[in-house]
Amino acid sequence: MQSPCLRKLNGLFLFRDAVIVEAKKARFTEPLRLTGGAVLPEFEIAYETYGELNAARSNAVLVCHALNASHHVAGTYADDPRNVGWWDNMVGPGKPVDTDRFFVVGNNYLGSCFGSTGPTSPNPATGKPWGADFPVVTVEDWVAAQARLADRLGIERFAAVMGGSLGAMQALQWTLSYPQRVRNAIVIAATPKLSAQNIAFNEVARQAIMSDPDFHGGHYYDRGVVPVRGLRIARMIGHITYLSDDAMMEKFGRQLRRSALGFDFGADFEVESYLRYQGDKFAEYFDANTYLRITKALDYYDPAADYDGDLSAAFARAQADFLVVSFTSDWRFSSARSREIVRALLDNRRVVSYLEIDAPQGHDAFLLDDPRYFGALRAYFGNIAL
Amino acid sequence: MTEADTIARWVAPGARVLDLGCGDGRLLRQLWETRQAPGYGVEIDDAKVLACLRNDVNVLQMDLEDGLAAFADRSFDTVILSETLQAIHRQEPLLVEMLRVGREAIVSFPNFGYWRARIQIALAGHMPVSKELPYQWYDTPNVHHCTLVDFEALCAKVGFQVLERVVLTDGKPVAAFPNLLGALAVYRVSA
Repeated sequence: MQSPCLRKLNGLFLFRDAVIVEAKKARFTEPLRLTGGAVLPEFEIAYETYGELNAARSNAVLVCHALNASHHVAGTYADDPRNVGWWDNMVGPGKPVDTDRFFVVGNNYLGSCFGSTGPTSPNPATGKPWGADFPVVTVEDWVAAQARLADRLGIERFAAVMGGSLGAMQALQWTLSYPQRVRNAIVIAATPKLSAQNIAFNEVARQAIMSDPDFHGGHYYDRGVVPVRGLRIARMIGHITYLSDDAMMEKFGRQLRRSALGFDFGADFEVESYLRYQGDKFAEYFDANTYLRITKALDYYDPAADYDGDLSAAFARAQADFLVVSFTSDWRFSSARSREIVRALLDNRRVVSYLEIDAPQGHDAFLLDDPRYFGALRAYFGNIAL
Repeated sequence: MTEADTIARWVAPGARVLDLGCGDGRLLRQLWETRQAPGYGVEIDDAKVLACLRNDVNVLQMDLEDGLAAFADRSFDTVILSETLQAIHRQEPLLVEMLRVGREAIVSFPNFGYWRARIQIALAGHMPVSKELPYQWYDTPNVHHCTLVDFEALCAKVGFQVLERVVLTDGKPVAAFPNLLGALAVYRVSA
């Protein structure tokens, strides 16, 4: 039993041990031709790095983020110690992706509102924010931009490219766009393409944003307004799909927010209050134009499209080894979708391991430190030769 | 001679191997090290899946009861089912699947016809508990036991050819009265 004093001391040491990181930006002036045909004359990618690139440059790991995260994967900022990276439980010294061994690169995708060039960035042609004029970008475009970042950092070949959800799509795409530049792809809570139901949810979210009177066709920056109502609803819809039915029931049940049913349209139930809170919080920091573009990138992703829907044919050019992880309670991107990926990899005789973690939390399980999941990643990364 | 050595002898160098119910991946590791045979294991148990990853063996966490839909026809040289047959609910469809995805199959199982098992039932009047069958009847992963005679009858029914058979007791091959004196049976079969 520790004394309160000793616990406090430990707490201080923990705080001191927090890895201080710094967000950086890389500027690229060579135009980038996008999948949709538009050309970005120049762009910036926000990124962070953790650990040291070794002399052989063989220990680099690229982390790709999902819908609402950023390049801030791990550690904290000196001037903002409470701002802990979104995958800090996974990436850091002694963690499953051990930064004492690996040089980890977090990056923010194009079109984001967290630092990389996106709708809120100035359009060089006008000097004003791109807004609605920012082109629709794809997973392939993101990977192309990340490859430029890799070049800039002197990384010819990644030891691993990893991500969950939308991040997993980027990891998959890396093995297709740059087969020789990825040794291992870590593909978590993934799908090879969105289902009609997935697209339907995204469309409802987009309609919520676009029908907000403050949206103004995407030109809301000039008017000093934000389509907050649309963003809130979009986030509420998204959030429902990130949790399992069981997880929601476990967390909220039918617990009431007030002492009795109100017989009005206030938040009676805890779950309503929770969704409202999540929606409000999201609308404060997320950009509506970015949300539209990211959901489109999700909808469009389908590496098998050029191969008559044959995913195995699409993966014929992949050269990486793969670790695929799914969660049984994930109904957004179910285990069956991950097994499609595994089947395509087996058809191509790729080296692949597949974990189906019986976790109750739903899609969001990929962010939580289940010991089976983290143990597997620790073991897998431990076997990557440098 | 161990079961693993028997299996390794039957796996051609460089053969593509699928090990169903692969445990901690030890056999796959041995086949890679001694026969340079690349392979995949299928395992459902979390702890064993993790052990496979630690052993640097390809492992796929799947339920064998769901079949082998993840694997294409004739995509393996050898499909192994090592001491797992007795824990499968629907054995016949799995055996058929094994020879759909593989050219050959290797199947091993504890022989329920082994004299020690027979004596425990016939004389002591209780379900056998032994080195090969270490479980109490009410607390066992095993659901369908069989003897050499039973397995060979099933092979005949589904049209499998028995190419080779090794019967072991305490690591030693058994030649005479194998269904009585053999504790463990290892078969190599093809369609």
